[in-house]
Amino acid sequence: MRNVFIIFERELGGYFATPVASVFIVIFLVLQGALTFNLGGFFDRGQADLNPFFTFIPWVFLLLVPAITMRLWAEERRLGTIELLLTLPITQTQAVLGKFLAAWAFCAIALLLTFPFVITVNILGQPDNGVIASGYVGSLLVAGAFLSVGSALSALTKNQVIAFVLAVAVCFVFAVASYPVVTDFLSRNTPALAEIARRIAVIDRFQDFTRGVVSLRDLIFFATFIGFWLFLNAVIVEQRKAD
Amino acid sequence: MSAADRPVLIEITGLTKRFGSFTAVDDVTFSVARGEVLGFLGPNGAGKSTTMRMLAGFMIPTAGTASICGHDVQGGGVAARRVLGFLPEGAPTYPEMTVTGFLTFCAKVRGFVGRELAQRVEHAVELTRLGGVLLQPVETLSKGFKRRVGLAQALLHDPPVLVLDEPTDGLDPNQKHEVRALIAQMAPHKAIVISTHILEEVDAVCSRAIIIAAGRVVADETPAELQRRHPSGKLDDVFRRLTMEAA
Repeated sequence: MRNVFIIFERELGGYFATPVASVFIVIFLVLQGALTFNLGGFFDRGQADLNPFFTFIPWVFLLLVPAITMRLWAEERRLGTIELLLTLPITQTQAVLGKFLAAWAFCAIALLLTFPFVITVNILGQPDNGVIASGYVGSLLVAGAFLSVGSALSALTKNQVIAFVLAVAVCFVFAVASYPVVTDFLSRNTPALAEIARRIAVIDRFQDFTRGVVSLRDLIFFATFIGFWLFLNAVIVEQRKAD
Repeated sequence: MSAADRPVLIEITGLTKRFGSFTAVDDVTFSVARGEVLGFLGPNGAGKSTTMRMLAGFMIPTAGTASICGHDVQGGGVAARRVLGFLPEGAPTYPEMTVTGFLTFCAKVRGFVGRELAQRVEHAVELTRLGGVLLQPVETLSKGFKRRVGLAQALLHDPPVLVLDEPTDGLDPNQKHEVRALIAQMAPHKAIVISTHILEEVDAVCSRAIIIAAGRVVADETPAELQRRHPSGKLDDVFRRLTMEAA
């Protein structure tokens, strides 16, 4: 646990030691704001809730989270620091967890900085702050799910562009798995897969949170999802660390 | 040699690494006792770094075993890595971190806290003469300084076993001299393996030399014995003859 925390600390510090942190946070806030206000019609709707905000956030994460994860392992590999990191007296699991948690904490910081939205709706009306809180919990879990996918894929390559593109593609598949385009196609050809697709759809699960429903089933889904990808991440690191 | 009665700290048996059909390291066996400085020589691509990576537990061998202070580097990885100071090829470091930040991170991972942590970092900085650049990000340092940061990291915990991949590469002659003096000073208490292709280094610091060519050990003896292998008595000639024969 101590080792996980030491890796976590170094990684999180790394975001703020480079322009990565400021660029990411600024772009995230501008993009999220623009989408919420313009496309989402935040003011025009005349409703005191954050629905437009939560509609767009998974898509913003889909684009930006892989930008964080692409460097997680690919850069260690390119710089050769993976050789240093993995010859220190830590286990691979500790390194995987530390890096993931740091990236997740960084996303949480970016998410927290959207607090002016919450203040705004509270000034303009009487929103259900419980629903907003559960929406934020859901957003954080979506970020975690995408991060775990991106982190595992980043361990496959030393090329950050490849890591980014792969992560966007795979996250996209999990995001839209329950959309009619996918499920209709699957149920026509392989009905068994259509059911699975509906179950693993990240956006579907997230929508429960935005309605104010925090169910144990959804929490277990996200925990399993993240756990699976991090396990895969550790396996990939172990198998391909020296390639 | 009195090496026989000293404890053997590094033991490598039948170590082999294949990449597809290419055999990078072929059945390498040797051991290093406390007090020995083993020079690991060979042309580029002979398998020096691959062997060291396997010894450090970073690369998984195709066959054979390596152990450090009795801990198998694969099975007992963390225990083996705890007693190992390793300088990877090219001395990689995190570019955005300051020298202090980087060494503090390594010391924390090594389990040091509080006062001892500060003392360890300070001592390693002294040994490698990094005092002037402590607060600079590693990426702004010259090649020689970067190499010394990597060396400082390997020395932090005063490990009984040191594995240094080209520790003097990129250093100027004065710095090379300092690093050699440092290695010679630590030699009695440690088992040290250094890889190099600078042959004068072998004469200067090594008590024993292994020449590896095309993945195989072609010589394993003291530098003096090596020199006698060629009428000219020059290590250069011995090296050339042995490695050309194998290639």
